[in-house]
Amino acid sequence: MLPVLDEEIARHRIARRVAMEFQDGDVVNLGIGIPTLVSDYIPENIRVIFQTENGVVGAGPKPENEDLRFIGAGGRCLKPIPGGALVASDMSFGLIRGGHLDATVLGALEVDQEGNLANWWIPGKMVPGMGGAMDLVTGAKHVIVATTHCTKRGDPKILPKCTLPLTGAKVVSLVVTEYGVLRMDSGEMALEEIAPGVNLGEFKKVTPANYRVSDDLCQMKGCELE
Amino acid sequence: MPTSVIKPVMSAEEAVKRITDGSSVMIGGFNYGGIPYTLVEALVDAGTKDLWLISNDTAYDDVGHGRLVVNGQVKKVTASHVGLNKSTQRLFNEKKMELELVPQGTFVERIRAGGFGLGGVLTPTGVGTVHEEGKQVIEVEEKRYILELPLRADVALIRAYRADRYGNLVYFGTNRNFNPAMATAADLVIAEVDAILEIGQINPNDVVTPGILVDILVLKGDSYYASRT
Repeated sequence: MLPVLDEEIARHRIARRVAMEFQDGDVVNLGIGIPTLVSDYIPENIRVIFQTENGVVGAGPKPENEDLRFIGAGGRCLKPIPGGALVASDMSFGLIRGGHLDATVLGALEVDQEGNLANWWIPGKMVPGMGGAMDLVTGAKHVIVATTHCTKRGDPKILPKCTLPLTGAKVVSLVVTEYGVLRMDSGEMALEEIAPGVNLGEFKKVTPANYRVSDDLCQMKGCELE
Repeated sequence: MPTSVIKPVMSAEEAVKRITDGSSVMIGGFNYGGIPYTLVEALVDAGTKDLWLISNDTAYDDVGHGRLVVNGQVKKVTASHVGLNKSTQRLFNEKKMELELVPQGTFVERIRAGGFGLGGVLTPTGVGTVHEEGKQVIEVEEKRYILELPLRADVALIRAYRADRYGNLVYFGTNRNFNPAMATAADLVIAEVDAILEIGQINPNDVVTPGILVDILVLKGDSYYASRT
């Protein structure tokens, strides 16, 4: 049996692991949901510059006093860090589309073995719009998917082929869930890390995508800190 | 001094009278930030109809230009994200309003193209997705790009921090967003600002939107969001 995890533990496990991917000096955009939590887990020995698509380069934490003149992409107040920059949307998306972001971290409705990502629309339901997601997955150097392994209904999200409208085709670099880490490597998906208490057979049952198990498979990093 | 370069200062009510039924209207803002609230509220009060609203999002049902949608004044929306305004989605689903969704970077680049005299832009954003459908795809050096066409409007309602009497604008915080791009891409540009200064009080080094792009200045009002943004 797969370990049943409290949702908060799962979300923080994913965020902590994603934060280990960054290099000192990386410029990173975080999506809403689990990706937002990533900023809490940046290792102390590196400095990451957070970019928000509405125009902050160097977004800092939520300030004590709310000032609606400084908000993040999710609408929450933030404070630019000392040394930060405030830019217009054309520059902000120039940074995103021009390859100046090292990574973008986004959630997923579905992701597949070819690195396709669907995260903006479920046909038949309300149409929220893609916002900046299509630009981010096309322009950022690394696209990191931070998502629970299955939907709330228990349906797997990591599939042979996405069924929902794509956000981007063949754009994903890494998928981090509460059960493991899958990396895209030369167009192939490879399982690199697996969470404690999960065996390969159980992982396979909730992961319909074709993937190979890395020769260097190890325990999911960061779980020892929980 | 010749008065032609001095920009008229009007009340929001007076300024939005220039917007006629059926106009295309760009409105600046991202989420709560950088919306010309006072102008938008005046436009809601004016009841101008059949508008083509071009804005990044449609704010919230009871906030900013979201109220134009709720009020039934909008026949078409071009935006990147409308998920926070339930009325936009409902009216679209009921086929009472057109909705064109555009990736956000493409949205601002189309406006930039409209304002900068470009015939369009080529971008890989959306290639291999439903956004590509019905659009021209051009291959350049073995990479596929979507041709995105320029976007212009009859009127742009923008929000800035301070203006001088020439209409030169500076911005503040994350209120800048789409406003400088929209100021280039409309036949009539109305800017809502916190303060209007005398000529010389804004350092030319600090100007983001040159006054030659701005037609009318309006001082922001004291409604909840206008006074807090």
